[in-house]
Amino acid sequence: MEFKEALLSLNRVAAKNQITREFTGDNAFELITKFITPVLESIGEMWTRGEIALSQEYMASKICEEIVESILPLESPVRKNMPMIGITTLGDEHMLGKRIVASFLKANGFNIFDYGNMGPEIVAQKVREDSVEVLMASTLMLNLAFEVKKLRSIFEREGIKTKIIVGGAPFLFDSDLWKEVGADAMAVDAMESVDKIHEVLGVST
Amino acid sequence: MIRDEMTPMERVLTTLGHQEPDRVPLFLLLTTQGSREFNVSIEKYFSKPEMVAEAQIRMQQKYGHDCYYPFYYASLEVEAWGNESIFYYDAPPNSGRPVIHNFEDISSMEAPDVCESPQLQNVLKTTKLLKKHAGGDVPIIGVVMSPFALPTMQMGFEKYLDLIYEEPDMFKELMRINEEFCIQWANAQIESGATAICYFDPVSSSTIIPPELYRKTGFKVARRTLSRINGPTATHMASGRCLPIINDIVETGTAVVCTSVLEDLAEMKAACKNKISVLGNLNGIEMRNWSRQETEDKVKDAIQKAASGGGYILSDNHGEIPYPVPSEVLKNISESVNKWGQYPR
Repeated sequence: MEFKEALLSLNRVAAKNQITREFTGDNAFELITKFITPVLESIGEMWTRGEIALSQEYMASKICEEIVESILPLESPVRKNMPMIGITTLGDEHMLGKRIVASFLKANGFNIFDYGNMGPEIVAQKVREDSVEVLMASTLMLNLAFEVKKLRSIFEREGIKTKIIVGGAPFLFDSDLWKEVGADAMAVDAMESVDKIHEVLGVST
Repeated sequence: MIRDEMTPMERVLTTLGHQEPDRVPLFLLLTTQGSREFNVSIEKYFSKPEMVAEAQIRMQQKYGHDCYYPFYYASLEVEAWGNESIFYYDAPPNSGRPVIHNFEDISSMEAPDVCESPQLQNVLKTTKLLKKHAGGDVPIIGVVMSPFALPTMQMGFEKYLDLIYEEPDMFKELMRINEEFCIQWANAQIESGATAICYFDPVSSSTIIPPELYRKTGFKVARRTLSRINGPTATHMASGRCLPIINDIVETGTAVVCTSVLEDLAEMKAACKNKISVLGNLNGIEMRNWSRQETEDKVKDAIQKAASGGGYILSDNHGEIPYPVPSEVLKNISESVNKWGQYPR
C-alpha cells in the first residue's frame, strides 16, 4: 500500500511503517521532504479540487503529525532553524481549520505556538513575547475575519513586524477579502500555507 | 412594478411540484438583519419573539420575497443542551465551549425537552405569530440542525470527526439521542405553524466527509429522522458541496436541496430534475460588495441555469444572509428576480 493510499484509507499502521522503515535516526527532515510533504501537498490539492473531503485531509494531517512527532520530537535541536509560527482563530470557536493547518505544519517540521481562540490584543502580545515571524489566522465567521484588520492596526501601532497569513471559509468565498483585512497573504488550504510562509518570509524553496 | 399573480405559497408549491409558477420564487433567508428594523442589538432582538416575528413581516413586505424565516441562530439549539452562545454586534452568535468534553460523557446524556427550553419556546412563539399573520399565504420555514451536524457544537468539530472515525459505538449512541431531539424539535415547529423544515446537514456535505462515509452515517441518520418529521423538509448543506451524493439525498425523502456556489447550478438542476427541487446558490460572502449590475448579472445567471420547468427557488448558498449585506443589495436581488424571473420563459 502506498503512503498516500494508507493515509486516505486511515491505515495508521501501514502509513507509519512506510516512514519508520526508512528512518535511520538522523534523516527525519529528509523523510519529511521526500515522503510526507509531497503526499500531504497532493492530498491538499485533491481537497482544493473537491476530490476528497475535509475529514480526509484532517485525518491524513493528524496521522502525519503523529509520525513526525515520533521521528522528530518537539524538543529536537534539528527544528531550531525553522521559522517561529503562531496560529489562532482570533476569537472564533471553530477550531478545525486551525487544527488541520497546525497538524500540517508540524508534519513539515515547524514549531507552532498555538494561541487557540485568543483575540487580537492578546495575540499581538504573545506574538511579540514568542518572537513569532509568521502568524496564521484561521476564521470561519465573516465578522471574525475582520478581526485581522484590528490585529494589523495593533501590529502597526506596536511596531510588530510579524507577517499575517489568513485562511478559512470567508476568504475562500471572497478571494479579495485577505487584502481588504490587511493580511500579507492568504492560503486556500493547509498545503498552501507552507508555500505562503516561505513567500512572506522571502525564502526561496 | 410587475404585479404578482400568485401568493408566495402558491408560487412555492407550484415550483416544488416541478411546474412553472408566475415567477421564480425568492427566499431571502434573513436572520440578524431583523435587529436593524428596531435598532436594537442582535442579542436583545433574539430575546424578543414578538420583535422577530414583526421584523420578518416587515422584511418580507420590503423585499417581496416568498417566505418567513423564524430561524434565530444555529447555536440556539445547543443552548437547550446547556451550551452558551457568544453574541456579537455584527454577526450571528457563535457556539461557546462544548458540553461534551469526553466521549464518555455521551453515555449519560439525555435529550432536552423542547417544552422546557425558554429559547426554543421563543422560536415557537415567533412561528405562531407569523402563522397568525400569514394564514396560508406565505410559507414559514422552520429550521433544525441535523442530528449528524449538532455534535460540531456539542463537542467541537475535530473531536467529532475523531468520534465518527474512531468510536463507532459512541457515535451511534449520540445519533440516537440527537435524533430524538431533532424530531421533537421539528414537529414542535410544525405544530406551531411552520410550513416546512429546513434540515441543516453540512457535515454530510461532500466538502466535509467523503460520499462513502456519508452513506454509512449522515445518510442513514437523515433517512430515519426525516421519515418521522410530520411535514415536508429541505436539506441544506450550508455552502458545502452535495452533487456527488445527490441521489442519496433524494433517497432520504427530502423535497428540496440547497446547492453550494462551488457547484455548477445547471449541472445540479439537471441531476435533480423532476426528483427534487433546488435552492440556491448566490454567494452571501461576496454579496455585501455587489453593485446593482453585478447583482442583476448573478441573479440572471442563476435563473438562466436553473429556473426552467420549475423545481427551483432562488436563494443564497449558506442558508443565512450575512449581517453586513446592505439592504440596497437585497432590494436589487428582489428587483432582478422580478425582471428576469418571470414565467413563461
